[in-house]
Amino acid sequence: MTAQAKAVAPDAVPGNIVLHVADVFKNFGGLKALSDIDLQVEEGTTHAIIGPNGAGKSTLLNVIIGRLPPTSGAVVFDGNVLTGMAPHEINQLGISRVFQTPEIFADLSVLNNVMAPAFARRDGAFRVNMFRAVMDEAEIRAEAEGLLREFGLYARREDHAGALSRGDKRRLELAMCLIQRPRLLLLDEPTAGMSRHDTNTTIELLKSIKSRGMTIVIIEHDMHVVFSLADRISVLAQGRLIASGPPQQVKDDPRVKEAYLGVPAE
Amino acid sequence: MFSLSRKDFTLLAVFSVIVMTMPIWLQPLGAAYPGLMQKFVIYAIFAIGFNILFGLTGYLSFGHAAFLGVGSYTAVWSFKLLSMDMIPALFFAVVFAGIFALFIGFFSLRRSGIYFSILTLAFAQMSYSLAYSVLTPITNGETGLLIARDDPRAIDTMLGVGQSASGMPMPSLIGIELGGYGGFYICALVLIACFFLSQKIFASPFGMALRGIKSNPTRMIYTGFNTKPYMLTAFVISGMFAGLAGGLLAVTDPIAGAERMQWTESGNLVLMTILGGVGTLLGPVIGAWVIKYCENIFSAINTQMLNGFFEFLPDGVQSVAVTVMSKFVGEGWHLTLGLVFVLIVVFLPGGLVEGAEKLRHRFRRRSDTYDLAADAQEKRT
Repeated sequence: MTAQAKAVAPDAVPGNIVLHVADVFKNFGGLKALSDIDLQVEEGTTHAIIGPNGAGKSTLLNVIIGRLPPTSGAVVFDGNVLTGMAPHEINQLGISRVFQTPEIFADLSVLNNVMAPAFARRDGAFRVNMFRAVMDEAEIRAEAEGLLREFGLYARREDHAGALSRGDKRRLELAMCLIQRPRLLLLDEPTAGMSRHDTNTTIELLKSIKSRGMTIVIIEHDMHVVFSLADRISVLAQGRLIASGPPQQVKDDPRVKEAYLGVPAE
Repeated sequence: MFSLSRKDFTLLAVFSVIVMTMPIWLQPLGAAYPGLMQKFVIYAIFAIGFNILFGLTGYLSFGHAAFLGVGSYTAVWSFKLLSMDMIPALFFAVVFAGIFALFIGFFSLRRSGIYFSILTLAFAQMSYSLAYSVLTPITNGETGLLIARDDPRAIDTMLGVGQSASGMPMPSLIGIELGGYGGFYICALVLIACFFLSQKIFASPFGMALRGIKSNPTRMIYTGFNTKPYMLTAFVISGMFAGLAGGLLAVTDPIAGAERMQWTESGNLVLMTILGGVGTLLGPVIGAWVIKYCENIFSAINTQMLNGFFEFLPDGVQSVAVTVMSKFVGEGWHLTLGLVFVLIVVFLPGGLVEGAEKLRHRFRRRSDTYDLAADAQEKRT
């Protein structure tokens, strides 16, 4: 089997709630960034979080991955309470994240960028592995090369990742997350600043990832992207969850129209 | 476990030959005497270890001389209390320097960037002051720690190893005394082993993780790496290399003084690594050799030698040339070093190794053009 088939979440059970954001509040001083957020993500689905600027989308994502502690409430992933955990511990549980501005290892080769996360998956958060060369790790190397082929980056595997174009960097970051075979993939505006063409390529790529049964939470501005991918959509406005449900239902929700267009529902 | 990639193996082989033939190729450079060659080799070990921390993780320590000092003191105490054999001396030097590094690293690594550097500097200066004052019973203060004929040397006594009738006992390896060239070759072998170890670390997943921390610590933690223990391990390993170097200094000359722990020594180490090429395998070694060479050879040049050198010039010009040049040699060799350092950092930020790479590329490109020209010629005929 190719690396493509391997990257599927190993034991996806549809209907199982994998991520539960339970009654989360987050205040920055007097500012209520998030109020009473309750969100459930089903295994194997793609859940989009949308909302106007400043609605608290990024704050919510940062609360989930442990970058920001919630003021109250908890985030539960697969039976583990994430609140208070260090970011690397959260990743070790099976959550990988793509950032809004790609976070890659600019000084390492493209191939090493993809191999490094695989070591974190195989060896855990810390292991002094000094006597085996990276390039002798044939299994991980083959898997990384397979992913790079799939992502159209194989020809550039020896180049420094810092030399890639912005679009390539984003795809590289996605490959770095996928090689970890995460149980939950978090995407923070994966097409921000991309051309229409690149956006469409990314949508196709994400569709193929989704079709392997990966659970995805995506934050996105671009409605084209959201409606191409999402199984469920949650709408945030001014730190509150105003609607949640299947795409069509959310689309027709008067409160959503109000939040986006500023027109009161009649 | 001992395998290397073909490229690394070639490099190791070439490196070993270069190190072992030092007495030959240093002859025309006027530096082929054992005392100096031992220094070349020992400071190369010191720099290789430092490069594992600074080169891979980017954390700049200004306190590595402290570990060198701890290594020296430990080795001399081992000579005094246990045996004149170098094996226990080096073993304890590495272990104690490692423990010391674990302690200093644990606190210093709570900060990064300039604060980390300042913390290491503070710890090292503290150790230096302690060695001069409170710890005099252990370090023998200003005089330096010396071995004496009537030291206990428990293991030697137990094994019935006798002392020579007169003079001080010499450090030895399984009964063979290590003076002059013997000492050099032993140190050279240790250097080759250290170089091999650094090659292994550079190529390993551990080394890749350290590079990842340098490149993007945020990505590292969100990728599931716990960066703190990685940093601490790198810090301790480089401290152990420094302890080994300090131990070897004591093996070649069984005396340990606090001046080895002074911050200027740490500064020299940073210079060596940057001059040669941070993060490269060979760079720190070359940097160490260049600086130690300048320190010992340049500083020995005096006005008389300069007069001889510029004899071919007319009288007036000769005296001007000698006066100008004399500022840069002898006592003023630091001036030369400073100038060279500035030039390298400005024009070759990757150090001498980068300079060599650039030259190699230029030659290759030129030969490529020749090949093209030859091809074109062939096609035409």
